[in-house]
Amino acid sequence: MELKNKDLISISDVSPEEINLILDTAVSMKEISSREIKKVPTLRGKTIINLFFEASTRTRTSFEIAGKRLSADVVNISASSSSVVKGETLEDTGRNLQAMNPDQIIVRHPCPGAPKILAELLPASIVNAGDGAHEHPTQALLDAFTIREKKGTLSGLKVLIVGDITHSRVARSNIFLLLKMGAEVIVSGPRTMVPLFIEALGVAYIPDINAAVKDADVIMMLRIQLERQGKTLFPTLREYSRFFGLSRAVLENAREGVLVMHPGPVNRGVEISPDVLSGSYTVILDQVENGVAVRMALMYLLAGK
Amino acid sequence: MDKNDVDRTLTRIAHEIWERNRGSENIAFIGIRKRGVTIAERISGKLKKLEGAEIPVGALDINLYRDDLSEIASQPILKQTEIPFSIKGQKIILCDDVLYTGRTVRAALDALIDLGRPKAIRLAVLIDRGFRQLPIQPNYVGKNVTAEKGELFEVFLEEDDGRDEVIITKGDLNGTEK
Repeated sequence: MELKNKDLISISDVSPEEINLILDTAVSMKEISSREIKKVPTLRGKTIINLFFEASTRTRTSFEIAGKRLSADVVNISASSSSVVKGETLEDTGRNLQAMNPDQIIVRHPCPGAPKILAELLPASIVNAGDGAHEHPTQALLDAFTIREKKGTLSGLKVLIVGDITHSRVARSNIFLLLKMGAEVIVSGPRTMVPLFIEALGVAYIPDINAAVKDADVIMMLRIQLERQGKTLFPTLREYSRFFGLSRAVLENAREGVLVMHPGPVNRGVEISPDVLSGSYTVILDQVENGVAVRMALMYLLAGK
Repeated sequence: MDKNDVDRTLTRIAHEIWERNRGSENIAFIGIRKRGVTIAERISGKLKKLEGAEIPVGALDINLYRDDLSEIASQPILKQTEIPFSIKGQKIILCDDVLYTGRTVRAALDALIDLGRPKAIRLAVLIDRGFRQLPIQPNYVGKNVTAEKGELFEVFLEEDDGRDEVIITKGDLNGTEK
């Protein structure tokens, strides 16, 4: 069993068997992070470039640590400090980086499809670390890993995703992955933030969060993108928080043992209240920890390509 | 080798370990996945009968330490390394089914040392088939067999394969020492 593509651009490109392979491999990788010497020599001599055209601390650090724990050489490039500000095109940046013979390039870009352009152009393995409102496949994989770790399985679970579904790459990758693995997906949020005809994907829409949490095994809260306020899809933050925020009162309607997840960064008191954040059902930091293991697994498996 | 041969051999190895270490204090077994783990568990079980003390057994996956990762077509499937005790200051007895080129043991030594500094590492194998490519010698050997290069050793153990047997077949070399 191996991955069939040299790249990871979208969850739609990977089969359930490949997803299981990545998650199983990540179980072995997680153990490495708990050791005193958190490093194995597996990717010694491989070069991995983190090419980030958008701000990120969690994802970039996670990829960097993952590469370093496998002994790869990791180079970070952010758009603000690169020749992109001098007007170099994406393709030219890609060709120039390829000339230095990297094995893998991790790409985050504000435009959907940018990693795909590089994947088709370059022989290096390209990993999509978030492309605009399209996909964020490694986030979905680490979410799946966390759910599987806590619940034992993905299949048959009911997962509720709350927030700006339309503009969320995290929601899109998660919906694709969860449906593929046999989970049931429900979304909630203001009508303006949920795509019309989402039911056609096999996803249910329940506008009232109190009703939506009732049968959920997992609740994923999405970040309200405060930087995009002004072109806003709801009247005020306070109103959003009151109708769609996850507070203790809302959570009381949920099942015993429900998991609360968030891809971060969290707006405390907006989409999720501080007392819920510190609750025992919240696994946000497990998600971050598992992110390193899942990305190590992916780097390991792609290195064979 | 049939079921009784395998059992007698492992019993002898257990006695040798008992004798040379003057008991079972500070000893821990680590098996190389997957049949090495079974062998480690069996020897540990036999020592328990002799000594009465429980000797810990860990499982080691060496795939991340292989020296041929850039040469083989696809990445090997990883299994978990599960060592539920500290190896620091312990006398580790590393167990495997067949010792051949020595490359697996080299990888296992590197993997072990990344987990801490044991007092000593000893090597116990069920079969030593010779043709080493690295300067590695076992301390406890079940059976020395000099096989032809084209021959393949297959070890079957009850826990993994449903029966105890060691056979020599003509076959592809890649597959003996992974």
